[in-house]
Amino acid sequence: MFYDTVKGGDFRSREANVYRMAECSLPLIDQAVAQGVPFAREYSGYLSNRSFGGVQVSRTFYARGQTGQQLLQGAYQSLIRQSVDGNVTLYTRHEMMDLILLDGKAKGIVARNLDTGDIEIKEADAVVLATGGYGKIYYLSTLAMNCNASAIWRAHKRGAYFAAPSWTQFHPTSLPQLGDYQSKLTLMSESLRNDGRIWVPKKQGDQRPPHQIPEEERDYYLERKYPSFGNLAPRDISSRAAKEQIDNGHGVGPMQNAVYLDFADAIRRESKSAIAKKYGNLFDMYKKITGMDAYEQPMLISPAAHFSMGGLWVDYELMSNVKGLFVLGEANFADHGANRLGANSLLQACVDGYFISPHTIMNFLAGEVPEMSIPDEVKSSYLKQNKSRLDKLQSIQGNTTAEGFHRKLGIILYGKCGLIREKETLVEARSEILTLQQAFYQDLTVPPGQNLNFELEKAARVEDYMELALLIVEDALQREESCGAHFRKEHQTPDGEAKRDDENFQYVSVWESLGENQHKLHKEALNFEYIKLSERSYK
Amino acid sequence: MKLILQIWRQAGKTAKGGFEKHELKELDPNMSVPEMLDFLNEKLIKAGKDPVAFESDCREGICGQCGFVINGHIHSPEKSATTCQTHLRSFKDGEELFLEPFRAAAFPIKKDLCIDRTALDRIIGQGGFIGVNTGQAPEANSILIAHDTAEAAFDAAACIGCGACVAVCKNASAALFTGAKISHLALLPQGKLEAKKRVQKMVAQMDKEGFGSCTLTGACEKVCPQGISIAHIVTMNREYWKS
Ligand SMILES: Cc1cc2nc3c(=O)[nH]c(=O)nc-3n(C[C@H](O)[C@H](O)[C@H](O)COP(=O)(O)OP(=O)(O)OC[C@H]3O[C@@H](n4cnc5c(N)ncnc54)[C@H](O)[C@@H]3O)c2cc1C
Ligand code: FES
Repeated sequence: MFYDTVKGGDFRSREANVYRMAECSLPLIDQAVAQGVPFAREYSGYLSNRSFGGVQVSRTFYARGQTGQQLLQGAYQSLIRQSVDGNVTLYTRHEMMDLILLDGKAKGIVARNLDTGDIEIKEADAVVLATGGYGKIYYLSTLAMNCNASAIWRAHKRGAYFAAPSWTQFHPTSLPQLGDYQSKLTLMSESLRNDGRIWVPKKQGDQRPPHQIPEEERDYYLERKYPSFGNLAPRDISSRAAKEQIDNGHGVGPMQNAVYLDFADAIRRESKSAIAKKYGNLFDMYKKITGMDAYEQPMLISPAAHFSMGGLWVDYELMSNVKGLFVLGEANFADHGANRLGANSLLQACVDGYFISPHTIMNFLAGEVPEMSIPDEVKSSYLKQNKSRLDKLQSIQGNTTAEGFHRKLGIILYGKCGLIREKETLVEARSEILTLQQAFYQDLTVPPGQNLNFELEKAARVEDYMELALLIVEDALQREESCGAHFRKEHQTPDGEAKRDDENFQYVSVWESLGENQHKLHKEALNFEYIKLSERSYK
Repeated sequence: MKLILQIWRQAGKTAKGGFEKHELKELDPNMSVPEMLDFLNEKLIKAGKDPVAFESDCREGICGQCGFVINGHIHSPEKSATTCQTHLRSFKDGEELFLEPFRAAAFPIKKDLCIDRTALDRIIGQGGFIGVNTGQAPEANSILIAHDTAEAAFDAAACIGCGACVAVCKNASAALFTGAKISHLALLPQGKLEAKKRVQKMVAQMDKEGFGSCTLTGACEKVCPQGISIAHIVTMNREYWKS
């Protein structure tokens, strides 16, 4: 698993972090089972597992198609238990808006109560951000509607370094966009690739229904290009291969923006009921969303923005360069390199939270003097800055909603800084985003009222997304190589695979904010003690 | 397609509410219900009017945030679907839809279609967990669990906490929600030790929050988007008497 993860991340992750995560993986399963997470079991009573993309052995524990939700329930129940015992005070429905610094150390946050609109200050001896990924910056993504970059972006603007912002994973088995009104894309679990075969018609623009396309006129392109991994090639490679097929006119579905994921062979081999047992809930979900029956015809799938490998820079103790600011889970950068493997993100988020930070935060606190409190004038200055930020957004009174701007930003990013990037279009993207950012401050409209106001939340998030988008493009431009999910058209091998440049780019790009869309680059060299770098091959 | 919407508008918890009518044209049958409200809100905001407050997060039926009532159907006229999994193709062109929040004394209305479901968290707080601290866990395979038991526990654990079972119940009972959690944890060997205390405390909290009693009508399992069976209520009752 250690090697798979380093290789899967295209040798752009920190070796020691990955090793630690791999070592903690079994205790994490033990922890979750003890909490009552109902992982699948064999008839013998032992835990069952299956394989995932980028991996050739079965070693992923799972709870039907809902592993993440079940791990979340386990954690949530344990957290609620601690809050009832008085060890934790929960402030749900509060959104962090700013990080408070005192003598360069993180000493609290500014948060907005989303129900009442009150802006409050919470003081602390250490601040932990576990605020998730920012793939939603692409507007259409597999992430939930409320995912955002604001917490880490605000911390970044206060001094925390941002690492590898442009490394976003596009998941190969999302459902395709079906219309302009669409607000998000639904992910079909990657586990479907264990039994489904991916194909497109060999002929461009072939509009025949799938069952009328004979076997010899189908291109099972993953099996053809990557015979040993086939349909289980890692996500970045599978997604890019799908995009190539779609861009070359082989796309299927109503908007010709999808490829087929076909279960006909698996159903013939194992029976419909065996497949229903494994994936029944996913097939039901597919039917609910698309109105189509995947037992009868192949699923339509398409790549979609899914996971941020980038995030705030942290050291081995998960502390950012700002003393006292810890960043866990998808919000930090360290473990996945330029491409994350399936199941590793739940693992990393849980390991960071259950096993690593409890020790490293204690270690940090041991050297701190606890009673220092934030002076009143500092508090009021933070409150004033954050209030006036929201007032400013509401005072523009233009004619485009935050959602409208977000949608436009997503189109620029998908088109010019998505699965495939190139200098020329990245430069275009930069100027288009700057223009959009100007328009945002002239034409935004947000309904009045500061209490429960979802539009105000969105507007503040989109404001942050505009700034982050510029950094994403900068980062993609600066890295003149291809690695994992970052594919620069100029840097590919003769057979079209990502071509790394270890001599010049074996480092993580770490960005310091200088304000006003200005950034300074720092480099963290990546040294591999145990693993020998190689060209990543899944053939 | 075209739809006529009658949407419940209510400024706050104690404000008086009522239906507000909107006619929407140029809708796409593949839109989901939240996407239809996005579309409406975009128009309302541009016209300087207050957008309809409604909640949704995952928009794929897993987080339990969205739920409201559509023409008397909890969540959706479709079977085993959340509001966000309901698409306009489920309705007739030109149909009139009444949208209103889930109604139960224990779920106060925050605004328009948004309700406060924190009562469910407080039920969980009274024992909806296994009392294990981090770092204490034994090797997972040292607790063998029969395949069928693990599957049955999963069926109960699949609850997304949306509150549909409460909203549909004539007594506004939370028995399915509570029963599912009790059943999930009581089925597993690692949850059995705390089973007695758990069921007593959780049932007491359910009553304290103002949820009604269960009369085993079974409407809850019909509207549950996860298809959770009322057999779990029977398990809860059995566990309760055992304790
Ligand atoms: C559809 C889908 C399927 C997935 N399937 C898998 C899988 O099978 N296996 C796997 O390993 N990974 C999977 N992932 C990825 C994985 O779920 C995430 O990477 C993981 O949940 C991240 O955990 P986290 O705790 O870091 O962040 P999250 O789970 O995203 O939690 C972040 C929390 O922070 C809150 N928050 C955000 N901003 C603020 C703010 N400003 N103030 C206060 N709170 C804030 C959010 O509300 C949220 O509760 C999947 C992701 C998606 C979207
Ligand atoms: S929005 Fe998550 S269940 Fe509907």
